[in-house]
Amino acid sequence: MLEIKGLKVDLEEEEKSILKGVDLTVGAGEVHAIMGPNGSGKSTLSYVLSGKDGYEVTAGSATLDGADLLDMEPEERAAAGLFLAFQYPVEIPGVGNMTFLRTAVNAQRKARGQDELSAGDFLKEVRARAKDLKIDAEMLKRPVNVGFSGGEKKRNEILQMAMLEPKMCILDETDSGLDVDAMKLVSEGVNALRSEGRSFLVITHYQRLLDHIKPDVVHIMSNGRIIKTGGPDLALEVENNGYADLLAEAE
Amino acid sequence: MTALDQVEVKEGVDQETVDAVAQLSGAYKYGWNDDDIEMDYAPKGVNPDIVSLISSKNEEPQWMLDWRQAAFTRWEGMSVPNWAMLKVADIDFQDLYYYARPKSMEVKPKSLDEVDPKLLETYKKLGIPLKEQAILAGVEGAENDLPERKVAVDAVFDSVSVGTTFQAELKKAGVIFCSISEAIREHPELVKKYLGTVVPPSDNFYATLNSAVFSDGSFVYVPPGVRCPMELSTYFRINAENTGQFERTLIIADKGSYVSYLEGCTAPKRDVAQLHAAVVEIIIEEDAEVKYSTVQNWYPGDEEGKGGIYNFVTKRADCRGARSKVMWTQVETGSAVTWKYPSCILRGDDSQGEFYSIAIANNYQQADTGTKMVHLGKRTKSRIVSKGISAGRAQNTYRGLVSMHPKAKESRNYTQCDSLLIGSQCGAHTVPYIEVKNNSSRVEHEATTSKVDDDQLFYCRSRGMDEEEAVALVVNGFCKEVLQALPMEFAMEAQALVAISLEGSVG
Repeated sequence: MLEIKGLKVDLEEEEKSILKGVDLTVGAGEVHAIMGPNGSGKSTLSYVLSGKDGYEVTAGSATLDGADLLDMEPEERAAAGLFLAFQYPVEIPGVGNMTFLRTAVNAQRKARGQDELSAGDFLKEVRARAKDLKIDAEMLKRPVNVGFSGGEKKRNEILQMAMLEPKMCILDETDSGLDVDAMKLVSEGVNALRSEGRSFLVITHYQRLLDHIKPDVVHIMSNGRIIKTGGPDLALEVENNGYADLLAEAE
Repeated sequence: MTALDQVEVKEGVDQETVDAVAQLSGAYKYGWNDDDIEMDYAPKGVNPDIVSLISSKNEEPQWMLDWRQAAFTRWEGMSVPNWAMLKVADIDFQDLYYYARPKSMEVKPKSLDEVDPKLLETYKKLGIPLKEQAILAGVEGAENDLPERKVAVDAVFDSVSVGTTFQAELKKAGVIFCSISEAIREHPELVKKYLGTVVPPSDNFYATLNSAVFSDGSFVYVPPGVRCPMELSTYFRINAENTGQFERTLIIADKGSYVSYLEGCTAPKRDVAQLHAAVVEIIIEEDAEVKYSTVQNWYPGDEEGKGGIYNFVTKRADCRGARSKVMWTQVETGSAVTWKYPSCILRGDDSQGEFYSIAIANNYQQADTGTKMVHLGKRTKSRIVSKGISAGRAQNTYRGLVSMHPKAKESRNYTQCDSLLIGSQCGAHTVPYIEVKNNSSRVEHEATTSKVDDDQLFYCRSRGMDEEEAVALVVNGFCKEVLQALPMEFAMEAQALVAISLEGSVG
């Protein structure tokens, strides 16, 4: 599914190296978690994979089912099946949530050579998915993320994910700013989407999200590298002992 | 109800024009341009003979000719206004054609295949259904099976009105909707009573020129208490090269009546700038209401700023009666230069004026547009919502006047001006003029300037939209309040236009 080899990335504006050689392979249907202290490069990895400007890849590769992600425009990566749930979802004033979703769904269908979803089919689909995430009709009509609470924004990201049906989902600190109930709701939404053909890369600071979304593999990232990889127990170890020991070990 | 015989199409006058011109001026010049559409021209330049020629072409009575000649005499003593934030090359007013008509109006195209594909492409981009494209392009027989939706259309092609649909049905309701030249002939008492009473022939340089040489345009009269049974629409098109288009629109909403009027404008690509100087006058009597919507898509010039329409337009509504209401909505995406301030004279007590505007300027386009709200009556209300979008190297200026006169007690105005910048080489300017001459009125003004945010674009693109779709979505969101003010059908067109006119503005 997702294969990252020796990925090195600098910031474009200043000559600062953020990722210093990341190797990561996520198989089909697997859930991987990336944990690590602030500034370790977790969010950068998610942005570089989804094609945000401002980064320069100096070495390495990233492929999705063999296709070179780094060579594609952001929208091509989306059409290829990559999805990033943002840590800070962006507000778009004046654009109804429903309009946004429909434009996105149809843009991807078009890119894949499929017919546009009819208004009726789309509505049916979005209502069913929204209900699971306790998103009401009112929230679907409001402008994208404008005036949404932290929990609403994150649920909205999961709704988009559900509608777009990507095969590789990256969740960037989806748990930040969520209370316990909201975290449960979001996690249930994610778990409902788990399937054999769909993989997840869950970026988080804390173990608690991984109580709800059980990972197959846990990676610890520090200073632009993955310094340790293990099973779910690794996340518990971090929770109990912090990163200090692991970092010292890696030195 | 929709047989071809209800469409009024004027007869050709080619040889006659040539002869008339020869007799009048001696300096004889005419020509067919070498485009697909053959044109019939009066000689270049403007002088009393040309004014007389235009008047005689339209078979006008003496009083109309006198009115035109008086305007011309006045115009000769006027100079080009230069207060707008526009850089415009000097226009040689003697190097323009003031009268042109498509020769082909006598030989109509038989099917869409014979119509200028560029024209069809424009209509298609605007989202106009094929059938209507056929009607607008004057395809023979296309009227016979019109779709259910009823919009009466008057199409003005260069200088002349080429056809007005649904005339009979409107007549039944008592509504007069025809070309202004026909109105001058058939309804002189109405024209005499109202023409020039809102925009007097001496109003400003371009309006005065228009008064002298206007060749055609639309006329609407809605009698007392009548709610016009359908939307009225005029499509303006400048086709001929070096031709100025000077159309004149006169709309009268008598007591307690209602009408919604749509105006669409297109022009083909030309290297040389073309002049458009129209005048629109609206008279609204007691308890009447008029909605006037414009989607202006004149050719804006190419990416280097070559060619395009110079759009100098005077539009004004006079809320003459108590409780009368006018709403201007405009989507200005075209023209190399836009100089346009649809205004409201709120004369009647409790009258209301509203102005909703989207002005998009891309590449080297310049727009200086806004409105004037002149509060004369008591408890008059006005509302201004202006959305200016600049991209490329364009300059976009909102210029507005809100004036509360001493007698306009307890009047209110609310103004909101938002500017959106795409890229770093464009400009947005807001120039509000506010005069309050009584102490019981209230004026509010809000202005914002923002940039299309890279994060918004990335967010959209990460969901699968390409860059242009993303920009269109964000910009349409920005314009939403104005788009909502448009009639449904037009709102769709306008949304599509926003996307088209910003093509290539990013990346």
